[in-house]
Amino acid sequence: MSTISTTHDHAHDHAHDHPHGWRRWLFATNHKDIGTMYLIFAFVSLLAGGVMALGIRLELFQPGLQYLRPEFFNQLTTMHGLVMVFGAIMPAFVGFANWMIPLQIGASDMAFARMNNFSFWILPVAALLLFGSFLAPGGAPSGGWTLYAPLTLQMGPGMDMAIFALHLLGASSIMGSINIIVTILNMRAPGMTLMKMPMFCWTWLITAYLLIAVMPVLAGAITMVLTDRHFGTSFFSAAGGGDPVMYQHIFWFFGHPEVYIMILPAFGIISEVVPVFARKRLFGYASMVYATSSIAILSFIVWAHHMFTTGMPVTGQLFFMYATMLIAVPTGVKIFNWVATMWKGSMTFETPMLWAIGFIFVFTIGGFTGLVLAMAPIDIGLQDTYYVVAHFHYVLVAGSLFAMFAGFYYWCPKWTGRMADEFRGKIHFWGSMFFFNLTFFPMHFLGLAGMPRRYADYPTQFADFNLIASIGGLGFGLMQVYFLLYVVLPAYRGHGKKAPDSPWETANTLEWTVPSPAPFHTFEQPPKVS
Amino acid sequence: MNIRKLLTKIWFALGFGIWSVTVAAQDMPGGPKVNQLNFPAPATKIMEEIHWLHWFMMIICLLIFIGVFSVMFYSIYKHRKSKGAQPASFHESTSVEIIWTVIPLLIVIGMALPATKTVVAMKDTTNADITIKTTGYQWKWGYDYIKGEGEGISFLSTLSTSREAINNLAPKSPTYLMEVDHEMVVPVNKKIRMITTANDVIHAWAVPAFGVKQDAIPGFVRDTWFRAEKIGTFRGQCSELCGAQHAFMPIVVRVVSDEDYTKWVAEKKKEMAANADDPSKVYTLAEQMDRGAKVYATNCAACHQPNGKGAGAFPALDGSKVALGPKAGNFTILINGKGAMPKWGGVLSDGDLAAVMTYYRNAWGNKTGEVVQTQEFASVRAGK
Repeated sequence: MSTISTTHDHAHDHAHDHPHGWRRWLFATNHKDIGTMYLIFAFVSLLAGGVMALGIRLELFQPGLQYLRPEFFNQLTTMHGLVMVFGAIMPAFVGFANWMIPLQIGASDMAFARMNNFSFWILPVAALLLFGSFLAPGGAPSGGWTLYAPLTLQMGPGMDMAIFALHLLGASSIMGSINIIVTILNMRAPGMTLMKMPMFCWTWLITAYLLIAVMPVLAGAITMVLTDRHFGTSFFSAAGGGDPVMYQHIFWFFGHPEVYIMILPAFGIISEVVPVFARKRLFGYASMVYATSSIAILSFIVWAHHMFTTGMPVTGQLFFMYATMLIAVPTGVKIFNWVATMWKGSMTFETPMLWAIGFIFVFTIGGFTGLVLAMAPIDIGLQDTYYVVAHFHYVLVAGSLFAMFAGFYYWCPKWTGRMADEFRGKIHFWGSMFFFNLTFFPMHFLGLAGMPRRYADYPTQFADFNLIASIGGLGFGLMQVYFLLYVVLPAYRGHGKKAPDSPWETANTLEWTVPSPAPFHTFEQPPKVS
Repeated sequence: MNIRKLLTKIWFALGFGIWSVTVAAQDMPGGPKVNQLNFPAPATKIMEEIHWLHWFMMIICLLIFIGVFSVMFYSIYKHRKSKGAQPASFHESTSVEIIWTVIPLLIVIGMALPATKTVVAMKDTTNADITIKTTGYQWKWGYDYIKGEGEGISFLSTLSTSREAINNLAPKSPTYLMEVDHEMVVPVNKKIRMITTANDVIHAWAVPAFGVKQDAIPGFVRDTWFRAEKIGTFRGQCSELCGAQHAFMPIVVRVVSDEDYTKWVAEKKKEMAANADDPSKVYTLAEQMDRGAKVYATNCAACHQPNGKGAGAFPALDGSKVALGPKAGNFTILINGKGAMPKWGGVLSDGDLAAVMTYYRNAWGNKTGEVVQTQEFASVRAGK
């Protein structure tokens, strides 16, 4: 009966009442804690994947085989891709979503708090399986992150571990997506119509639908590989009536929307940051929503542009070429919108804005090389060369990763209660920008000159550009260690300037109405949006 | 390995490392130039068109890039708070939105039209003068001339760069990694239809100067074509990840005049006739060891290593219970493959298989003293 008398006090104290110690994390149901765990997981993966990339660059520093055997080199290229896509970029965006979506729509938490916990804790298990494959006989999978059959049928048990890891990661993504969709559709504060939502929530809503649509397709493809490997089926083996190219069709039906899964939330972050630092409304909010949706829909009908060299019929090549080039239109609309938002604004260039402008600049280069690659005849010259490697690093590193850095510097005050150090942030930005381009720009030339990707060794004529790329890669890696040690950790340890609730002048989304750092519970009473 | 050997190795590695960066900077005939910035010089009409398309795209993209980013950087320069810029309040303009959707759409259509013509031309493999089937193996290419002059010629084409050069124990030539023992030879100005297929996993047959890249898919055939307009040697590399030695299965095509081609065909046919095995011939141990060593070096050493010690996932043959075990088990693995071990039946001749089996059962520390004869493989493959 004592509870009755304490009800009032309890409600008062609620914002600070939460489990402590390991229970807080293992049994976490709080969207902010889970978001933080996602971000930590992603950053650890980023560093692990980065070390693998440096191993690759070390071997390619000079022609000849110096440090790695080619079969281990192939394991590194494969695992670098898998870890960066499924371990770093995707979980990082889910981390951003967990932190920011409830805060931006005025919800008290994610819709399914315990599923949220589950979808996170699947990840470390999957990561153990994935990294553990290095210890399996025959090592980690070495068939490329695309896991093309029938090469994957030749791998050792490491391949099976990777397949199970991907199943788990896919399940986690699907749960995360369901959570995000339900949260956004049902838990918006009164008065916040869909067309009043911040762009970040819009892009994630669309991304979540893409994830639900395509993750099962990946699961299907790799399960068929699994049964081909062990249970005598021959989905992808011609000897039993299967077709190796069918694997590629199924994989890329997942793979191309996957590319947009990794970039749409980045568009969302940039659309939040640019208006705030230009002190001007986003130029075309509605057209941004429509452009994002068109990109998402088009992403389902362009997959075979990854397969121009498989020998498709001429009509197939033409269809996929035209459809792919069409994507340039909504993507262009986005770039124009950001530029129009800056036009006649009153801009300042704090670190988040630098990253956002850097993103627009370098991502556009990646977009243009994408347009070049969309042309089937040119693609046949460039397929599987370093030009493709350059292209997708321009859109995934300079795209997704740079946008996430913009997001970190932008929301760091809300997450940590401290402003990220401006000076160090600028060093991080300019250093990353320089070394990123040093690493990947020369790869365009290597690709045009014909250097195939996934090669452990190369003709001596390619030596100089490879040497430059290796130096750039090391520099880029070190900049991210600098970011961790000198920007992220100090902010979390409470060094640096204390952040006010709303540190950026014109930021008017809901997350800036709660204290910095955001308390454990926010919006227990939904805010009213006019 | 003793210390002196190790030091010599390090010395060689250092020496050739420095040498490869400084001295080896030399263009490859028929391959990439040093620090080449663009596509290779075209040797076919198709590649000329690809060059043109690429420049056309580059120029349009560059113009748009300059246009968009001069607006952005002008805005960054002018409309900054530190210069006292006051934010305007305009947003949403349907007419602007329509303009910047329609204009890019028109540009994209303008880009797609010339590309369409080239796509259609690249796909037209009809009316070929010569048809050659190429088969991708882990890790080499096989060529079978199946129609036109030279019909019946068939050979394997393997990387001829030495393992020492790859491991930095010998200097790297300008054609490092893009040289083979048997080049594919075609006459100039003739339409060559290439049929691609593969024996194990997907490979891709590519010659950049021809504008040709076609996946070779096990169990399926695909085709592409080229008409080389220049006499000379043209080089490419396998362009679809096919396993550990993916980087070591180049493609070399020698384009020759019609007369030279006729001569080559005659020579090649004579050579093939001389090499044909008489299945009933009985070879001595020395003969088989000699021939087997060569077969081993080109086909087996990449995985099992020249010293037979294996590497990583690839098992050692020296002292191996399987390799020295009953002959029957060896026949099965050699002919049908096992796991990462490719099927060699139908790839190597029975004579080569017998020789290489004799070799690895008598090389290094292995001393069975047995000679395997061509006849034995022939009967196993015939199911006897």
